[in-house]
Amino acid sequence: MATTAEHPARSGLPLEPEMHPLVQNRHDLVSVGDAIGEVVLNLPHPKGWWVGFLAGFALLQILIVSVAWLFYMGVGIWGINVPTAWGFAIINFVWWIGIGHAGTLISAVLLLLHQKWRTSINRFSEAMTIFAVMCAGLFPLLHMGRPWFFYWLYPFPNVAGMYPQFRSPLTWDVFAVTTYFTVSLVFWYIGLIPDLAALRDRALKPWQRVVYGILALGWRGSAIHWRRYEKVYLLLGGLSTPLVLSVHTVVSFDFAVSIVPLWHATIFPPFFVAGAIFSGFAMVVALALPIRKWYHLEDFFTDHHMDICGKVMLATGMLVCYGYFSEAYMAWYGHSLYEWGTTIERAFGPYGWSYWTLLFCNLVVPQLLWFKWARRSPFWLELVCISALIGMWFERYVIVITLTRDQIPGIWGRYTPTIWDYATMVGSLGMFFFLFFLFLRYLPMISITEMRELLPKKQGGGGGHSIMENAP
Amino acid sequence: MSTATPTTAPAHGHGPADPDEPTAYGALAAFPDADSLIVATRKARDAGYTRMDTHTPYPVGETADILGFPKSEMGVVMFVGGLTGACAGFFMQYWDNAYGYSLNIGGRPYMSWPSFIPITFEMMVLTAALSGLFGLMALCGLPRLHHPLFNSKTFDRATRDWFFLSVEAADPKYDRDGTLAFLTSLNPAAPVEEVFE
Repeated sequence: MATTAEHPARSGLPLEPEMHPLVQNRHDLVSVGDAIGEVVLNLPHPKGWWVGFLAGFALLQILIVSVAWLFYMGVGIWGINVPTAWGFAIINFVWWIGIGHAGTLISAVLLLLHQKWRTSINRFSEAMTIFAVMCAGLFPLLHMGRPWFFYWLYPFPNVAGMYPQFRSPLTWDVFAVTTYFTVSLVFWYIGLIPDLAALRDRALKPWQRVVYGILALGWRGSAIHWRRYEKVYLLLGGLSTPLVLSVHTVVSFDFAVSIVPLWHATIFPPFFVAGAIFSGFAMVVALALPIRKWYHLEDFFTDHHMDICGKVMLATGMLVCYGYFSEAYMAWYGHSLYEWGTTIERAFGPYGWSYWTLLFCNLVVPQLLWFKWARRSPFWLELVCISALIGMWFERYVIVITLTRDQIPGIWGRYTPTIWDYATMVGSLGMFFFLFFLFLRYLPMISITEMRELLPKKQGGGGGHSIMENAP
Repeated sequence: MSTATPTTAPAHGHGPADPDEPTAYGALAAFPDADSLIVATRKARDAGYTRMDTHTPYPVGETADILGFPKSEMGVVMFVGGLTGACAGFFMQYWDNAYGYSLNIGGRPYMSWPSFIPITFEMMVLTAALSGLFGLMALCGLPRLHHPLFNSKTFDRATRDWFFLSVEAADPKYDRDGTLAFLTSLNPAAPVEEVFE
């Protein structure tokens, strides 16, 4: 009965004099489980949840209508044309999958690097990964023209005389995105199993016990189960780290393996990966800031976490900006007529405004993150995050719009998105928010188990003893 | 026999002949924190018990060490799974492009292995991750919703704040009164419980 007598978080004891406590207030094993589990099991929906959920649900209807119209009419309802055959579909695909990458980075790369602050945001951002990859996967499927033949993308025995071309980056992309989605889901689910068991044992309503009980697979916290679990978790972290790099590398190969000026560049893979992390962290922080307020989870998503995320965004943002510099510099230094001509078109051509928007959003605004007051102020941090999300969308827009001015002026054209392009894009945001708010409501948004491990020993926790120390 | 939670179906089918005499699964002692569980597990091992397990809200690696659980099972499972996937993935591309459905792309060799590497890698990661998930479930015997321990009234605290040590009745050293008395001597947080199938 040692730790249940009193709720230490409410007892008004002074805080420990630590530099940056990763869990604020005097939590113990029970209060951590309650603070996170009650959101799912018991608490009424906060107003902010309804706003987000209903907005997502409304936008989801727009997606459904625009997809239904697309299936009826074909891809002609979009603004795509012959020089710009990809248009919004590829822009949104790359944008969404880039956002997804932050989740894997936080859960896998930071796990291997012993970054214990990742614990409070990893579950949340892994869920973001899964939903973002679902939104991403939607666009190539819709762009196919005949999406009901999507399974032709995979090799399967058939008598139709057709087979994937394995030397093509587009085929690599199919395998990369499928693997990425599956592995992210496995990683997320394995992490959830002990928490689902905790919910099962705490649940008050019968349906909760049944549903969480089945999903928890009968987890009973056995020592040998934990040992295998930690080993799998660690190895999945080790596998996901190269995976996340490979996925965005393959996405960048979709462009870089072609011979379009400014696309055919070796900088594309690292440049894309840095951009993915930049936009992904922006999405994590942009979501975490309002959610911790609605659910009163400031004890777990502390200002210190936001500060670190801001620093990561600053670093990756600068890497991305180095990419912009390098593109322009290599075009000038390389003395290629087409590369340099396209660079001039990009900055001063008919779509020059999008290039300057991109530089403003990704280069100028993130400079605020040099300042601690900006990293610790919810308002300014949210502003920078939204700016980064817009900027990274425009980065892909600028890349795709390059197609309007190719090598031969005779094939130059213009690209104008239609209302259906915008509707599908906004609708995909709706699908993302709809799924994300359902996740907040029905699954623990912070890992209860890992937060318990993170607690100091005298508060009943594992003293910050993490999966890395137990597993090897 | 009581069912602790509705998720655990009542054990039936392999019960004893006499329904009034439930079979004992073992004894269960609860400890208030990880350190006292570690001490108790060590004492129980030194007393000669072999069929034991601990049940904790978060991993306590020391007890797994004391109980002598192996460390490398999952690594082997995932390594073999990943290697199989990588070989199968490479072979799929090689066989298809060289024999099954030869495509001449700009006169490149049919066996153009460098362009087969990305898919080989993705297949390796995919199969390693899936063998990790299914290997974990298979080795742990999950899903198993009806384990006898769930019949205990206090066992739901194993995912909350208590640290349990269980000794199975199948242990050669197990005798009901002696084991219960021994576990009580380890100074648990609550009365030691006998758990039935």
